[in-house]
Amino acid sequence: MDLNFTEEELAFRDECRRFFTTEIPAALREKVAQGDHLSKDEYVTTQRILNARGWAVPHWPVAWGGQDWTPVQTYLYQDEMQQANVPAPLAFNVSMVGPVIAQFGSEAQKKRFLPRCANLDDWWCQGFSEPGSGSDLASLRTTAKRVGDKYIVNGQKTWTTLAQHADWIFNLVRTDPTAKKQEGISFLLIDMKTPGIKVRPIQTIDGGHEVNEVFFDDVEVPAENLVGEENKGWDYAKFLLGNERTGIARVGVSKARIRRLKQLAAREVAGDVPLIEDRRFREKLAEVEIELKALEMTQLRVVADERRAVKGKPNPASSILKIKGSEIQQRITELTMDLAGPYAWPYTRDEDEGSNEPPVGPDFAAEAAPMYFNYRKVSIYGGSNEIQRNIIAKAILGF
Amino acid sequence: MDFDLTDEQRLLRDSVERLVADRYGFEQRRKYAAEPGGWSREMWAQYAELGLLGLPFAEDHGGFGGGAAETMIVMEAFGRALILEPYVATVLLGGGLVQAAGSAAQQAEILPRIAGGETVLAFAHTERQARYDLADVATAARQDGGAWRITGEKGVVLHGDTADTLVVSARVSGGRRDAAGIGLFLVPAEASGVTRRGYPAQDLLHGAEISLHDAPATPLGTPGEGFAAIARVVDRTIAALCAEAVGAMAELHAMTVDYLKTRKQFGRPIGDFQVLQHRSVDMFTALEQARSMAMYATVMADSDDADERARAVSAAKVQIGRSARFVGQEAIQLHGGIGMTMEYKAGHLFKRLTMIDKAYGDADHHLARLAAAGGLFSEAA
Repeated sequence: MDLNFTEEELAFRDECRRFFTTEIPAALREKVAQGDHLSKDEYVTTQRILNARGWAVPHWPVAWGGQDWTPVQTYLYQDEMQQANVPAPLAFNVSMVGPVIAQFGSEAQKKRFLPRCANLDDWWCQGFSEPGSGSDLASLRTTAKRVGDKYIVNGQKTWTTLAQHADWIFNLVRTDPTAKKQEGISFLLIDMKTPGIKVRPIQTIDGGHEVNEVFFDDVEVPAENLVGEENKGWDYAKFLLGNERTGIARVGVSKARIRRLKQLAAREVAGDVPLIEDRRFREKLAEVEIELKALEMTQLRVVADERRAVKGKPNPASSILKIKGSEIQQRITELTMDLAGPYAWPYTRDEDEGSNEPPVGPDFAAEAAPMYFNYRKVSIYGGSNEIQRNIIAKAILGF
Repeated sequence: MDFDLTDEQRLLRDSVERLVADRYGFEQRRKYAAEPGGWSREMWAQYAELGLLGLPFAEDHGGFGGGAAETMIVMEAFGRALILEPYVATVLLGGGLVQAAGSAAQQAEILPRIAGGETVLAFAHTERQARYDLADVATAARQDGGAWRITGEKGVVLHGDTADTLVVSARVSGGRRDAAGIGLFLVPAEASGVTRRGYPAQDLLHGAEISLHDAPATPLGTPGEGFAAIARVVDRTIAALCAEAVGAMAELHAMTVDYLKTRKQFGRPIGDFQVLQHRSVDMFTALEQARSMAMYATVMADSDDADERARAVSAAKVQIGRSARFVGQEAIQLHGGIGMTMEYKAGHLFKRLTMIDKAYGDADHHLARLAAAGGLFSEAA
């Protein structure tokens, strides 16, 4: 048992750290540290810097820009990126649609989409969830009817993250209404500029606009935009959701947030004493640190196991990473809000956009409550924590 | 980075697991508990034969040269089987202190006898007023002519009733709560001036309250400079207790899942109910988080950086305390009535897990210690 990385791994970690902290603009990383929302341009800027280095899509096949890293290298890359507050390459592009096209798409689709996907020339969004299908994804009802060399798509998607920026949407659609629920689904790529598509924003409880509803009204999609075979979309979706779980623990993000929380707690005073010296606060902080260290170790155990794992088959233990990772992220937002105290109350977010007014109260306080509200999502998305429990119950405990 | 066991470690694990599977079933354990002092001399001899009693000692001292990882392997298997023998008291605490503080001559004399199963040691350290503060030692050592004599009260001494030699901490100089000035001494358990009141504990292990009145003592190492050795050995012992707890939790969780799959109510296994599945999943998550921290503590336990070692060990002890309480309580609840009886192993695992939290600092104590030391993640990246 040895928790030390090899010389080569340490050198790689340092290379990652140097790159992330010198090549990605500091102002942008500071925004991430603050919990501010990034503009579309800021996401694009970051991803293009990474892509120029060959680091936007390291887990893709080498032929399409992948790096063929070991699981430990991938872990170090993610951990360093998160700790440096670098916004990750857009997951919809690099972890979701990209790997699906690379694995199941035609040569023409690969050539057309993958390079633009890696460089964020096309912004993709995910058309999976529907108003009636949340965790029970296969119950989706959006239809695609084949007419000549086109599909006609009708229906509605929801919780579509950052669809307001998107050029393309990858959609699960029902192509065989008579088949059993998992069997009549296809995976379709749709240009967001196609007539008949309407995007309606959903404002979430933090006041922000991350998610949308997307409506499809007789939308014509060229048949060449079907990925793989018709009615095999569920297999591709399962493959995609397996990819989604890597890095879901977000240990590096939580480490960075805890460090920042400690800096802020050393600065904020209650009476004459910095909050970091308040025993109750310090112990609450230490409790999260312990949970996080345990999760980091659990993640390293999963990473070490990946050497033996079957490719594309996620380790069911990664469900633990999702559950604990989301709980810890949520807990940190609670502590940040506790630190803001009464100044968690003012809502100044809209006014802050492009405003030169000084903040109301401490500078971190404006985002404290919105982030707390917003982060209730992390135990819901990506397979709710209850679904993760179902996975562990079935795949590990054998119920 | 590597979590795999070496071939030698795998061999060790297999042989310990085989031994406890063959010889330490629940009914067998009940018989051992009824023997004097609550443990089996026959099993003790078996451990000696397997080399377990010399595991952490140098080969020159009849040992195996093992580190914290080897101890973890043994303790996890012992935890599953709820071993009653004085392994922690003799090998980890007593032997550990001789190793850490003893002169070359003392090591050469005592360690081979431990490895051979010929002697049982106990560490008489805790005092009633000290609770979990390792530096709080009122028991005093004084020199009378050339000889040392000790006077004071020691409590909750693990296996203090059957030990033949006591390692006693006593103050040579300084104030009651000073780390400086604490010495370690060897005191024969049957010496004049030593009074022992032995008792069985909640987990069927044994303990003793020990009064020392001008008891004759031999310094273990330099008198007055024992604290660093105590801190180091206790940290290592805590890491070992964490591994024991992981073994006990793993056993308890496996028993619970089995029970849910076989116990039928309303015409079907109760494990069909999602609410019970999810509760057993939460136990599993708590177990795996605890396992991760036990590994972390194990790796850090051999560190020479006392501050770093203490933080890691405290963090692990908090996690273990929390996980053990959760897994233990849930296991009893999910078993229902059968979990409440002395006739069934689950309750005994729960009892041992509960008491591991109370040994060498509970979760609250270690949380406070870690928080005061600034936590695990430094402010700077």
